[in-house]
Amino acid sequence: MKEYYHSVTLRKDKCRGCTNCIKRCPTEAIRVRDGKARIIAERCIDCGECIRVCPYHAKVAVTDPLSSIERFRYRIALPAPTLYGQFKDMVDPNAILIALKKIGFDYVYEVARGADYVTAFVKEALKDPQRKRPFISSACPAIVRLIQVRFPELIDNIVDVDSPMEIAAQLARMEFCEKCGVKPEDVGVFFITPCAAKMTSIRNPVGRKKSSVDGAISIQEIYGPLYNQLSKLKDEEVVQIASPFGVGWANSGGACASLGIDSYLAVDGIQNVIRVLEEIEDEKLTDLEYFEGLACPGGCVGGPLTVENGFVAKNRIRKLAEKARGKPVPEDALQAVAPKIQWRFSEKILPKPVMKLDDDIVEAMKKMETIKRIYETLPGLDCGSCGSPSCRTLAEDIVRGYASEMDCIFKLREKVKQLAQEMIVLSEKIPGGRKETERQE
Amino acid sequence: MKDGYYSIEQVFRIKAWDFASAGEASSQIKKILKQLGIDPALTRRVTIAAYEAEMNLIIHSVGGEMRLKVTPQSIIVTAEDRGPGIPDIALAMQEGYSTAPEIARELGFGAGMGLPNIKRCADRLNIQSSVGKGTLLEMYFDIKAG
Repeated sequence: MKEYYHSVTLRKDKCRGCTNCIKRCPTEAIRVRDGKARIIAERCIDCGECIRVCPYHAKVAVTDPLSSIERFRYRIALPAPTLYGQFKDMVDPNAILIALKKIGFDYVYEVARGADYVTAFVKEALKDPQRKRPFISSACPAIVRLIQVRFPELIDNIVDVDSPMEIAAQLARMEFCEKCGVKPEDVGVFFITPCAAKMTSIRNPVGRKKSSVDGAISIQEIYGPLYNQLSKLKDEEVVQIASPFGVGWANSGGACASLGIDSYLAVDGIQNVIRVLEEIEDEKLTDLEYFEGLACPGGCVGGPLTVENGFVAKNRIRKLAEKARGKPVPEDALQAVAPKIQWRFSEKILPKPVMKLDDDIVEAMKKMETIKRIYETLPGLDCGSCGSPSCRTLAEDIVRGYASEMDCIFKLREKVKQLAQEMIVLSEKIPGGRKETERQE
Repeated sequence: MKDGYYSIEQVFRIKAWDFASAGEASSQIKKILKQLGIDPALTRRVTIAAYEAEMNLIIHSVGGEMRLKVTPQSIIVTAEDRGPGIPDIALAMQEGYSTAPEIARELGFGAGMGLPNIKRCADRLNIQSSVGKGTLLEMYFDIKAG
């Protein structure tokens, strides 16, 4: 159960068994069987591509309802910087933070501020010449999982500094408990998320034993209540402390810009990220220092749990970031905080080689030969009608025992044709027999 | 150990100057090795060497073929072309030595690192060439038990 917790799930009643999601899944983790999509748990990386592409909203991300915060005596909200770009009329991020306090949170801490700390920690890590280049950002949980599944050779390139969310959660709890003199266990910390994979990484983190976050509430869930509060706000205290750089993390390239280095590459959209990871794996980008890959188009602003059009939100973030009040984290503040929190991965990130055909190489080779043989008999249209994303994957599924050749409608048609011909041949034999019986009479 | 003799083979045809398909054979090879569950570090070495050999066929040869052979103990990638052949193999093995024409250099190839890179990646290398006839490049990789 723990190993395969996924935020992304199927609403069976809404699924029509079409081929949209199976075609788009970057790890070939979805099949249609018995008219409904089925997610292969070992392969799913919770990127949310299927949520974005499903026309019937049958793919959803399970997050916590807003009411779930009530199980804690004190509640802290950790808004992702993406939240700032969701509202029209360029609402000041400070007002959004105040609105969060009006809808039931006792304290807010910007994940953008967590990003400021991550930036400072990564800058330190970049000074170490022994480390494998290029560094790969650990910020996008879907990309970290993608690397586990498809690029295990690049695991050591992932920066071992934890995500802005995890760092913000620890700092928030610490600050709040010190200020108010309450016990840490009485405090619930909730991430306001644009992202399905973040929910998964709270329940089942990679790189650490346990998440510091207690739950995740989607931006879609909280948008309405927040919007209602925004119009009622008067002049309030200033709680917005993240720097323009931290806020900029919502957009693709934001993390790179904050590091202030020359040789970086920022890529968004999971298929684009895959193309570049292939090149990094083949050592074609040898002069690259830092790679930021974000699964969603445009970066976190394009997350599947957002309300606003990602491109509009991206532009808004760009303008709002300029007005952010804070400054980057100074050296002495970083040194003061570092020993008090767990900012580095404590657990090794392990490969998940789910693409391999068999643990035994000879068996794998035999299976590959069979796949090749079956594949050559398939039509090669990649139509998806069989429920597998391509003819190649159908051949694989047949060999793995999950499908049969008759799942291919073209193979089935051939078979029907063949049977029909056999029936004609058989039917032609009947008159002869009839005559014989007639004769007997 | 009867399984030791089991092997699979795949052949890829490579056309001269076909930059549109450049890298397809080596990326196919990478995919096959990943599916076979070959150690990621070894897969990486094979892919890099195969890519360099593939580019050599595209840039320098009149065309040829690449062959991947996998046994439980080893991976062998061969690149064979039908000409023009390498006059001085020792010279061609030197880092930075290149005979790539201007047009290939404009595309970012021809830095003279192809063969040296292959040598770095492969466990063993065999190269035979005769001018006017062609070149045979054999790259051997050991699969370590475990």
